[in-house]
Amino acid sequence: MANPENLKYTKEHEWILIEDDIATVGITKYAADALGEIVYVDLPKVGSVAAHMKICGEIESTKSVGELYAPMDGEITGVNGALDQAPDQVNQDPFGDGWLIKIRYTSLPDLLSSTEYDALVGE
Amino acid sequence: MLNTLLKLEHDKLGASFTEFGGWEMPVRYGSDIDEHHSVRNSCGLFDISHMAEIRVTGQAEEFLDYALISKLSEIENGRAKYTMICDDQGGIIDDLIVYRLDDDEFMIVANAGNQHQVVEALKTRLENFPDTRVVDESGLWSLIAMQGPKTKEVLGSLVDVDLTVLKYYSIATAVLDGKDVFLARTGYTGEDGFEIFVEGDPSGVWQLLLSQEGVSPCGLACRDTLRLEAGMPLYGHELNKDLTPFAANLGKVIRFDKPSFVGKDALEQQKHPKQKLFGLQGDGRRAARADYEIFLPGESDSIGMVTSGVLSPTLQVPIALALLNADAGLEIGSEVEADVRGTRIFYKVVELPFYKRGR
Repeated sequence: MANPENLKYTKEHEWILIEDDIATVGITKYAADALGEIVYVDLPKVGSVAAHMKICGEIESTKSVGELYAPMDGEITGVNGALDQAPDQVNQDPFGDGWLIKIRYTSLPDLLSSTEYDALVGE
Repeated sequence: MLNTLLKLEHDKLGASFTEFGGWEMPVRYGSDIDEHHSVRNSCGLFDISHMAEIRVTGQAEEFLDYALISKLSEIENGRAKYTMICDDQGGIIDDLIVYRLDDDEFMIVANAGNQHQVVEALKTRLENFPDTRVVDESGLWSLIAMQGPKTKEVLGSLVDVDLTVLKYYSIATAVLDGKDVFLARTGYTGEDGFEIFVEGDPSGVWQLLLSQEGVSPCGLACRDTLRLEAGMPLYGHELNKDLTPFAANLGKVIRFDKPSFVGKDALEQQKHPKQKLFGLQGDGRRAARADYEIFLPGESDSIGMVTSGVLSPTLQVPIALALLNADAGLEIGSEVEADVRGTRIFYKVVELPFYKRGR
């Protein structure tokens, strides 16, 4: 699966969809594949503060634990509650139903384009 | 890194790979949880050609009685035994399956990462056995494991021997896909199944087995969750040179009635180890992993560490093997806590194995 061109990316293998002042965040297919089958997702509380590059959640697969970094400053306005029951959505549809959190951001750091991210993961 | 002869087959199936014991091995082909369930419910096919095969011939039964901790002279031709090779301090060099091929011939299967240590230890112990030979045949053999309740039926239709009479922990020669192979009724998943020793190019055998209905290719990720559910130790996690078989609750593998064997004196002094392996089961979906610390409830002093831990795909609860202080007063049902990255998670001590197949 290609990395969608309409999204921005981080070196921590997260994708970001910017719509007005809300950023939807997930992990890329590359990251989901590397983790293996995801069995548990620990997400922050709605209303909590997101701080750029601070850990705000955990993604566990059968074999390993990945950390979710907030890609920007802001406030958590939504989390994907469906992942409690179906964490494997992150594997099945990483760029869609497998989204993780929504942040009302107060500032945007430099993010990678899909072309730059493709180059990072060697696609 | 080394590749098995089936590397091309794994590539064709879109496998992801991981390093294991110096080998590049398939970790999963698709979903490791689906692969896990296919072994529990149907039939899974594993390339385990990274495992080492060592043939011992000559005065082999006397030699192995001396070199290993079990009594190999006692097993009949065509039977197998789970055993260990220890150093003279009683530390575990490796755990092994030993197959008796003939009166004077045995095949040892050792872990990939321990191949050289095992071969070297065996050769060092040959000193008083001039007529015995130890030959590392790892390069000659590919090993394919076929595991799960449908295995006997699927494999049985492809070979010239009656698999229903091949007992658990036995080995026999057979013809499969026109090749002479060994079929061993052994495995590392907690299910019934067979391990197939193939000499030369194993691609044809692999393709034939995989083309059968109900057979899925399986990687090392599910091999690990399967063996952990079955309570089986993995060298490097539950077993190492600093531990004796007693620490792994495998003291019964040792045969002290043998006149002498490497490690005997040291092992006799270590029947009550400071730490022992326990099975732990939690609830929820968060699993303590290897090296996470374990505590008595509310206490701040660690009583030991998790050696392997995962969310069990079959039981749907976290399970773990943990090496814990023998004097901590633990028994079946005792509650403990695991420190999961800063959060204490409840576990209780349970009987092993976590999972046992229906008969």
